[in-house]
Amino acid sequence: MTKPYLELRNLSKSYDGRSRALDGVNLTAGKGEFITFLGPSGSGKTTTLMLIAGFEGATEGEILVDGTSITRVPPHKRGIGIVFQNYALFPHRTALQNILFPLQMRKMPKAQATEKARHMLALVGLERFADRHPREMSGGQQQRVALARALVFDPALLLLDEPLGALDKNLRESLQIEIKRIQRSLGVTTIFVTHDQSEAMAMSDRIVIFEGGRIQQAGTPLEIYDRPVNDFVARFVGDSNLLPICLTDPAAGTGEIAGIGPVRIPAQPGRRAGEAATLLLRPEVLGLAAEGAPNTCRLAVETVVHFGDSALVLGDVGGTPLRARLPGLAAQGISEGSEVALSWNPAAGHLIPAA
Amino acid sequence: MSATTAAAGGGSLRPWLLLAPLLVFLAAFFLVPLAQVAVMSVSDPEWGLEHYVAIATDGFHLRVLLDTFITALTVSLCCLVLGFPLAYAMAAAPQGLAAAMMVVVTMSFWTSFLVRTYAWMVLLGNRGPIARFVEWMGFASPELLFTRFSSTVAMTHILLPYMVLSLYGVLKRIEPALPRSAASLGATPAGVIRHVVLPLAAPGIANGLTLVFVLCLGFYVTPILIGSPREQMVAGVIGQQVEEFLAFGEASAMAMLLLASTLVILGLYHRRFGLDRLWG
Repeated sequence: MTKPYLELRNLSKSYDGRSRALDGVNLTAGKGEFITFLGPSGSGKTTTLMLIAGFEGATEGEILVDGTSITRVPPHKRGIGIVFQNYALFPHRTALQNILFPLQMRKMPKAQATEKARHMLALVGLERFADRHPREMSGGQQQRVALARALVFDPALLLLDEPLGALDKNLRESLQIEIKRIQRSLGVTTIFVTHDQSEAMAMSDRIVIFEGGRIQQAGTPLEIYDRPVNDFVARFVGDSNLLPICLTDPAAGTGEIAGIGPVRIPAQPGRRAGEAATLLLRPEVLGLAAEGAPNTCRLAVETVVHFGDSALVLGDVGGTPLRARLPGLAAQGISEGSEVALSWNPAAGHLIPAA
Repeated sequence: MSATTAAAGGGSLRPWLLLAPLLVFLAAFFLVPLAQVAVMSVSDPEWGLEHYVAIATDGFHLRVLLDTFITALTVSLCCLVLGFPLAYAMAAAPQGLAAAMMVVVTMSFWTSFLVRTYAWMVLLGNRGPIARFVEWMGFASPELLFTRFSSTVAMTHILLPYMVLSLYGVLKRIEPALPRSAASLGATPAGVIRHVVLPLAAPGIANGLTLVFVLCLGFYVTPILIGSPREQMVAGVIGQQVEEFLAFGEASAMAMLLLASTLVILGLYHRRFGLDRLWG
């Protein structure tokens, strides 16, 4: 990232003057970046979006776009395109008239505006639906019209507020790809709000994890998945085993887990011997143990859930619950009530940093 | 086949039995008298269309009809101008406040309009607060009572709740994300009202205008009590002809004309919007 295009400085919002819905959010985004705000409901992600859009005023802090503060600019002068959760298309206007709306508000000459709107309609693949009213279109088509309308006036930013929440799974996936394609072709800086982690993983350049009105972690999808900075992020994104571990020699990369015994972990030069910590093991890093492999444990299997391509094996190791995701073929011989030896590559374990 | 038809026919008779008391009541006390009035308009004192010819030619009656229409139109538009901001604020207000505003609107709705008319008599009278205030400012006391102005003000006040309620219905149904979405797309606050709220509220506006206009056309008490004696409305003239001149034929002809005007307006509304939506 060269120069920040969008910058949130110490952004805070309080609705009642006491508790804070948003508490000191700092974030920068580069031009053309696709950033996803991910978090449970009430985590502050939608509040942040409303502040950027200008529908709510910030209690503290600044919002800068391209170096200029827009913190006190009214929403209609911000030039930010927004796609709302329920599309918010104007029911009395056709698809084309909806897309024309922002151009009419900007007093663009009619011929030029119509050409631009038709071009946008083609970009979202709805040329033939120009004269349909929103009620005559499916949810996915309405969503595309909303996207075209938010993009037709070359907005400084594109904000998407859980835009796929109301659609079924197959449609969601095809629209994810579609949105990503259009966003990339136009190069518009985009903020996407969702509580669906797979959507976030699939679409984003960077993911920002919100919880309790604060940013817990911001990073690329793989950074967030492989190296979460705290228990919350580890639990919220992906499936996880969080094992309490006592560090015996951090510099050499050894520790001890109750019920499993001594294990090897990535070296932790900054931490002290005897310290208690948490080790994250994603279920898929566990595999059937090869002879003499390090980090081996014996899992008492309680439940096996077959998905075909893979299987989730649930059980416990000396009283510590553990879940492993094994390839479908490897899991075929495992029966409930049996015991199976599992191991993991020491480098695949991630020690959650001390809080 | 015939058996099922008979059974269905027997079943469909029941609702009519339930409706019978009401139908008998309406027939006896509404349709029969209405027919009597219609007959009287061409038979009293003798058979012929003389009353209708007189209404169309003597100038006085057409003047009254025109005055009535102008007053009704003024009242409807005043109700719209005053009622729209109120209904808009109510629709946007948080639930508690909206409920309180609704109580205020419906309270005046439930107060007898005779009482409200007398209240205006006090307010607008020669010794009333408004006249006194104008005198205190150093101007000559204006003639407020017994003018078209006073009856228009009072009727606007009395009919305002009809307008507010029918506007509130449509405004409340506008999805809150729409004004926001319009703002994000570059619409100024005035642009949001003009391009989004007004078009979506159009059915309610037509509804409120029609209701107020039709109710106003036949208004009797208020224009009689505080309106101008020189610029009477149709209902007042009908009453005067019956009570003072015993001119039943002429009064009946005027009444039929008033009824016809009302039906024409409702007919126009029905063609455009469907009459079943008029009362929400």
